[in-house]
Order: sequence, then C-alpha cells, then structure tokens
Amino acid sequence: MAKFTLPKNSKVTKGKHVPAPEGASNVRRFNVYRYNPDSGENPRMDSYDLDMDKCGPMVLDALIKIKNEVDTTLTFRRSCREGVCGSCAMNINGTNTLACTLALDDVKGDVAIHPLPHMPIIKDLVPDMSNFYAQYESIEPWLKTTSPDPAGKERLQSHEDRTKIDGLYECILCACCSTSCPSYWWNSDRYLGPAALLQAYRWIADSRDEMAGERLDDLEDPFRLYRCHTIMNCTNVCPKGLNPAKAIAEIKKLMVERQI
Amino acid sequence: MASTHRPLSPHLQIWRWGLHMGLSISHRVTGSGNAVGALILVWGFCALATGPEAFAFFMDVMTSLLGRIVLFGVTLSVMLHLCTGVRHLIMDSGRGLDIETNRKLGYAAIIVAIVLTLGLWGGTYWFAGAL
Repeated sequence: MAKFTLPKNSKVTKGKHVPAPEGASNVRRFNVYRYNPDSGENPRMDSYDLDMDKCGPMVLDALIKIKNEVDTTLTFRRSCREGVCGSCAMNINGTNTLACTLALDDVKGDVAIHPLPHMPIIKDLVPDMSNFYAQYESIEPWLKTTSPDPAGKERLQSHEDRTKIDGLYECILCACCSTSCPSYWWNSDRYLGPAALLQAYRWIADSRDEMAGERLDDLEDPFRLYRCHTIMNCTNVCPKGLNPAKAIAEIKKLMVERQI
Repeated sequence: MASTHRPLSPHLQIWRWGLHMGLSISHRVTGSGNAVGALILVWGFCALATGPEAFAFFMDVMTSLLGRIVLFGVTLSVMLHLCTGVRHLIMDSGRGLDIETNRKLGYAAIIVAIVLTLGLWGGTYWFAGAL
C-alpha cells in the first residue's frame, strides 16, 4: 500500500550551514541531503555556499568541490564524469538526472541535491541498489537460444534487425527512471520498474534471442509489468534520452497480439 | 543488509511535478469524482420514482446556484476523465509517447475537456433560452 509520507527515521531535519569563503563574489547555495548511519540521527539538509568563480561547470563539480574543500565526509558515487557509467544519478532540484551531465548554468537559483527518491539510503547520496540490480537480473539480460550455436562464427543479425535495439541497448542502468516512477515508489517489491522493463524489451526485440515467448510469460503479471500506468516520468527524466514508457507499451502490445 | 533500518529518501516531498504526472493523478481523481457525481444521478432517479414532491425538491436543490456549481464541477470532471482516458488509450496503442508529442497530447486533453464542458453548459443554457 502506498505510503505518501516518510517514516519517522527518514524525516529530514535542518542541518548545518557553511558560508562561502571571505571575498567570494559569485556565490551559490547548495542544499545537500546528508545521512550518517553511525550517528543514529535522522537525515538532514546541509547548506554550502560555494564560490562559483572557483568551481567546474557541472553539478558533479560542485559536489567534488564540497568534498575536497569543505566537508570530506560528503559521500556520493561518481566515476566517469561523462554520462556513461550512471554512478552519479541523483535528484537535483526535484528531478532525477546525472550530476555529471547537468550544467550548473542550466539550473536556476539554489541547487537542492537529494539521493534518488524512495530508496533505502546507505549514506548521504548513496542509495542501496540491491533490489534494482536483482530486478535487472530477474529479466535474464543475456542472449537465450534454443537452436545450436552456428559453428565457428557469431549469431548474425541484419542491419535492419540491429536497428530494432537502438534506443534500448544504450541504457546505463543509472536508475533515474525507475526511481522517478510513483508506481515503483509504492510497489518496488513487486513491480519491475521502467529500467528492468526496458531491458526486458531489449532482449525481446533482439532478433538473435529465441526465448521471447518465455520472456513475455515471465512478465505476464499484474505487478511485474502492469503496474506501469504510463505516468511518463521515466521518459521525461532519462539522462540518455531513451524512452522506457515506449518500450513498456511495446511489451504490453506484444502481450495482446500474441492472444489474437 | 537490513535495509529496513535505513532511512527512505524523500520522494513526493521533493519531486517537481510535470504536466504528465499531474494528468495521470487527475485521471484517478476525476474517476473517483465521477463515481461520487453519479450519486447525484441516482438521487435524481430515486426522487423521480418517489413522487412529484421529492423530484421538485431535487430540482430545487440542483438548480440552485450551489447545485449548478456542483453540477458544473461534475461535468468538468467527467469531460477531463473522458479526455485523459482517450489520451491513455492513444498511449496504450504505443503512440504519443515521445516527450514532445506527449506534452501536446496532455495540453490537448485539458483544452478539449474545457471546451466540451463550456460547450455543453453554453448549449444547454442557449437551448433553454437563457442566453
């Protein structure tokens, strides 16, 4: 059952404020969600005033600046800093995106940074992704075949068939889409969510895969697939410009088509 | 790991709503609103079956200013639900799911619902000779 408010241990309190260094003229405020599992305290919002004349162009640069110069305990995931790894997915000013590909110039006013929504938080901006990854694993994201392997060569695919997985294979599993979805918020224990479903469709649509029927059987469930109510948050937030809502709609269409 | 001890990150509290999300929840709200609105219709039928006095009372209440405001609200709710329903039908067919088309589809649903509501009320008043 959907619970619209936060549990008692999750209510966010007011944290500390760190003013900008003396002489900074171009100051911007960053409100950042902090949670220390060792303190026994509730999460809090700390605010940091940064000198933007001495900061890189992206939101991730600001976070790294805070960690390097202001508070080394600030914890977040990041790696590639170019939108390929998906590590720095977080909620910035109310929408999910990658901190590394969002330019500070494209954000108005103060910058509010929260972890991905409705996730168990390990520390600060780091959510526990175990359930998300388990759901990805459950759709068996690998080539499944029944025919014997062709001797001495790969399974071939025409150029036309190859284009059918464009817009699907590019997913970096950052979880921006799944954690933007209210259906996923209320039912993540049983609903697979847009990311896993887009991946499921990526294998269903692959001409080399021979288990599409079994894959559909596995998804035919009131929760696993049909908790998608086409709210469209997933497509609107995807930092890679992919369309999970479209992929899910295609799966639903296949479900109908195979019955007629 | 015992994730139940971990705090849950904020969701609705921080989320910045878009048109698509607003229309999705309004589809549910108007759907429920229509069910409540249908009770007015049931009352009207019951009053009709009971007798002329009961029906006259029903008509008095529903044609009062407050009654008309409520009926206008119900009409708008029905029309919005109809239009967002058609929007969902189109999306279920796999169309209108790219961000730009979806945005236009959303605005179209709202505009058509308002036009239908005003048209129905304007037409009714015009037909009754009140305009």
